[in-house]
Amino acid sequence: MDNARPHFEKGGRLEMFHSVYEGMDTFLFTPRETGGIGTVHIHDAMDSKRTMILVVLALMPCFFFGMYNTGYQHWLACGLSEFPFWSLMWYGFLAVLPLVLTTYITGLTIEFASAQIKGEEIQEGFLVSGLLIPMILPVDTPLWMAAVATAFAVIFAKEVFGGTGYNIFNVALVARAFLFFAYPANMSGDNAFVPVGKALGYGPVAPDAYSCATPLGQIATSTDPATTLVGADGTPISAWDAFLGLIPGSFGETSLLCILIGGAFLLLMRIIDWRIVISVFLGAVIMGSVTHHFATPLYPNSYLTPLDQFLYGGLAFAAVFMATDPVTAARTNTGKWIYGALIGVIAILIRTYNNGYPEGAMLAVLLMNAFAPLIDWCVVQANIRRRLRRKAQSKISC
Amino acid sequence: MAEKINYKKVFLNPLSKDNPVIVQILGICSALAVTAQLEPAMVMGLSVIAILAFSNVIISVIRKTIPANVRIIVQLVVVAALVVVVNQLLLAYAYDVSKELSVFIGLIITNCILMGRLEAFAMSNKPWPSFLDGIGNGIGYTIILIIVAFFRELFGSGTLFGCQIVPQSWYDAGYVNNGLMILPPMALIVVACVIWVHRSYHKELNE
Repeated sequence: MDNARPHFEKGGRLEMFHSVYEGMDTFLFTPRETGGIGTVHIHDAMDSKRTMILVVLALMPCFFFGMYNTGYQHWLACGLSEFPFWSLMWYGFLAVLPLVLTTYITGLTIEFASAQIKGEEIQEGFLVSGLLIPMILPVDTPLWMAAVATAFAVIFAKEVFGGTGYNIFNVALVARAFLFFAYPANMSGDNAFVPVGKALGYGPVAPDAYSCATPLGQIATSTDPATTLVGADGTPISAWDAFLGLIPGSFGETSLLCILIGGAFLLLMRIIDWRIVISVFLGAVIMGSVTHHFATPLYPNSYLTPLDQFLYGGLAFAAVFMATDPVTAARTNTGKWIYGALIGVIAILIRTYNNGYPEGAMLAVLLMNAFAPLIDWCVVQANIRRRLRRKAQSKISC
Repeated sequence: MAEKINYKKVFLNPLSKDNPVIVQILGICSALAVTAQLEPAMVMGLSVIAILAFSNVIISVIRKTIPANVRIIVQLVVVAALVVVVNQLLLAYAYDVSKELSVFIGLIITNCILMGRLEAFAMSNKPWPSFLDGIGNGIGYTIILIIVAFFRELFGSGTLFGCQIVPQSWYDAGYVNNGLMILPPMALIVVACVIWVHRSYHKELNE
């Protein structure tokens, strides 16, 4: 790598790819630039690349479980009763691999190109987004759709705002929202979430006309308040299954257990802020209790207890990995409480009172992303006013 | 008038460098509302051209007799009268399209481009340049409408002017129309892209 360096310096043969070189070099090795002698430089090893890598590590339990669950759901859909572990993993791996490759190649191409055009260094923000996007999509999402959505999100949610660190909205969620509104048939409903065909030619094939909705999807379309939620094989699913994550859903968000493991890791490494996680949780529990208390057959989701709200759907995933995105979340501590609580409240409100959108967590986070700067502004202004008042009072007492 | 008016400039400037939609950012609301398909966008554009040209001429003719303190009301009355005429014509000869455009023909009255041109140009210029100004601005508005509607109809419905463009074999191969293109938010993004391209050609417009 170092031998190749002169080619990429100014005047070298490959000068136009300088950003690409710099990006690969610092990604693989430690940066060579250090502060000059005599200047103050307090800088530890936690640059944004290390942060991103840690988030990727935290996503791994969910990712591996997603692979297993994809295979498991497929085996159930095919009516098989034996679940060989490695076959399931292999099937899930083959099913998700094209999706991950698609998002990374699309996103990184655009990032590299725009960094090169703007003459900046490559920002590593897409490292996490590129993994998050496949994890919040149904694993069967057509690849060209994933590519279009990724391109849209990277260009319109990130690059036009100035690149990594300047985006207003969470990039991965913008990609999902784009797909949700642009291609609703592939993003919700009965046929989206359990893969039925072979994955790259591997695995059994489910019977024709097989369909199974996610638990939240089943609830939203049910008319009977006492609906039993069923898994991919038609048998009822227990709360324990839902906790482990053996339910139909988007690729990486089904397992509450793995989300908790990843979240605990991030909290320990102090990458995400516990205030946001706790406040999303509190907001959702409070709102969930209210809707549960006023349960009506008109809105079947209101029969879910607050615990169920976390077991099914992407709320827990959103609380840990989406709402806590340090770029798009509120920055003041008080602001974080307000921001998180409102995400929880709005997510449950959308889930419950809009049967057309079985999952509200995505929209809730995006909406509060837009309000985060306003919340911060109000918090800061309130603080200024309070201090002005205190000063005025102390003057009077003098 | 001391200053000589360049007729060519009056007519051509609004087409690109002084475009009412993408430079002055006027009339955005209707640009979002009627551009899901090409046909209504075209009809809307023609209506605006006609109303803008004639209201400019009428106001310009009577500009010296309008008392300054009630001029806005006079302008509104002129525009409203023309809008009613256009609306009746559409109802008579293009009923389907006029139903599709519904309230938006009536809302031409509130289109900022009209009031803007009347106040800024027709009130202080002779009828002929005012007419050119009206036509120019109307065409500038229509061009943007058609560009936006072209992309929205092509990607949102796979058609242009109602004719199927995307072949059936694509759908069989898994292509799906983009539902977001039909929704108004996407029109905003398409307009933004047009502005983006336009400003990268006319760097002097960058703020």
